[in-house]
Amino acid sequence: MTALAAERLAYRQSRARRSTAIALVSTVIFAVVLFAATTSSPGWPRVQDSFLNWRVGWESLPAILDGLWLNLRVLLVCQILILIIGLSLAAVRTLRGPVWFPLRALAIGYVDLFRGLPLIICLYLVGFGLPGLRLAGIPNNPVLLGGFALVLVYSAYVAEVFRAGIQSVHPSQLAAASSLGLNYRQTMRLVVLPQAARRVTPALLNDFVALQKDCGLISVLGAVDAVRAAQIQVATSYNFTPYVVAGLLFVALAVPSARLADWATRRAATRQGAL
Amino acid sequence: MNTPVLSVRGLVKKYGERVVLDGVDLDVAEHQVVVLIGASGSGKSTLLKCVDLLEDVDDGQIFLDGHDISDPRVDAEKARRSMGMVFQSFNLFPHMTVLDNVTLSPRVVFRRSRADADERGRELLARVGLAEKADAYPDKLSGGQQQRVAIARALAYDPRLLLLDEITSALDPELVGEVLDLVGELAESGRTIVMATHEMGFARQVAHTVCFLDGGRIIESGSAEQVLTDPQQDRTRQFLSRVGGAGRSPTA
Repeated sequence: MTALAAERLAYRQSRARRSTAIALVSTVIFAVVLFAATTSSPGWPRVQDSFLNWRVGWESLPAILDGLWLNLRVLLVCQILILIIGLSLAAVRTLRGPVWFPLRALAIGYVDLFRGLPLIICLYLVGFGLPGLRLAGIPNNPVLLGGFALVLVYSAYVAEVFRAGIQSVHPSQLAAASSLGLNYRQTMRLVVLPQAARRVTPALLNDFVALQKDCGLISVLGAVDAVRAAQIQVATSYNFTPYVVAGLLFVALAVPSARLADWATRRAATRQGAL
Repeated sequence: MNTPVLSVRGLVKKYGERVVLDGVDLDVAEHQVVVLIGASGSGKSTLLKCVDLLEDVDDGQIFLDGHDISDPRVDAEKARRSMGMVFQSFNLFPHMTVLDNVTLSPRVVFRRSRADADERGRELLARVGLAEKADAYPDKLSGGQQQRVAIARALAYDPRLLLLDEITSALDPELVGEVLDLVGELAESGRTIVMATHEMGFARQVAHTVCFLDGGRIIESGSAEQVLTDPQQDRTRQFLSRVGGAGRSPTA
């Protein structure tokens, strides 16, 4: 290394060390100010006691964890169903030919309806309406009904994500596939869908992070999930800390998924840059 | 006289109000190389896309080995299996390896076994000088290499007719040669080729017939020597003087 390069390297390193030191100091100052402002507020002692009570939090933890286990199972099953139904809906919308018109129209209507319908209303309608029909075979279980409502709404979102991915594949790829003699179905299956799936992975993961917390909404139907468990603990302890515990658990659950989504986005970006 | 491999009669193509092809007639006999020249927008690419049935035609007919493939009742997928097309921007499938790109059509359309298709695919890749790239992905290749893969892909099912749509226009100048050399070899081996190009020196070397397109019509055609050296039409002369094609000796 020449003296010039060494001198420049030393300069860059000193700048980097300085940046780190400044970041550290400003973070500490920011945290201290935030902490002081919160704890010096007039209502702080009461809020601390009713929302951040260690004893109540600790005692409510097992019940909430039990509930969270239910959320996780619902999440897993729903994710799989949503992927299958969403992809099917998107695929149906790409079908060509007059025979498929009713199916296409149905898929469009479905997406319009369930993308517009607030999740909470869908939950009420499915959770209380379906069993109300008293038809044989319709379950009364709030977990099943809640999961069903989640699948209905999220499939519509995921279908649109897939459709956007399908449309993002450049027409020149279709021309190339046609020129090789592939028919429309082969082109979709072998050329378009594999590329679309890769491109939509980040958006899908993002939707699944949203689904993760919305799984907590099945509690409105009476399913004893983490949110409902926390509610019960609040009612018996006259203390709000269990809600904070449940909230923190959901956040802890979402963080790895969010990082995964970030990573997938970055990877897709570098890939596209390489193309 | 034998039936030409390709015969185009009175072909008309419009995009909305804009007439892109205005009555094109063209015959391509077996083992012939026909080069289409003309300014951008003169209709060269559109003509090739219409022949490969990638665009619907508005009027006129396209005969492949005497069969009218422009009839909407004709199975377009079947007709396309007799033609191979190479595009300006390569259009390789980025999610497949080079070998899978080449063997896709033989496997899926022609129902060859994976082993057969792979063997033939590797042969073709060796022929275009890319045997060692078989398992690489297209985005790891240079433009010239990608275009050679695209040519191998179009040859993989041994088409009657090869359509080359300005295949060197998207390449860096130093990569043009490797692709043109390959096309030259194909021409020598007796392939029937229709190609649109701006490489006048190359046209002079390989073309049996050069067609000059202007305003959606072939306004002059003949041997390379005749059209490129002694053009009869003013428009052809103007075009050639602009691109510097007239009088230039072949660049080998």
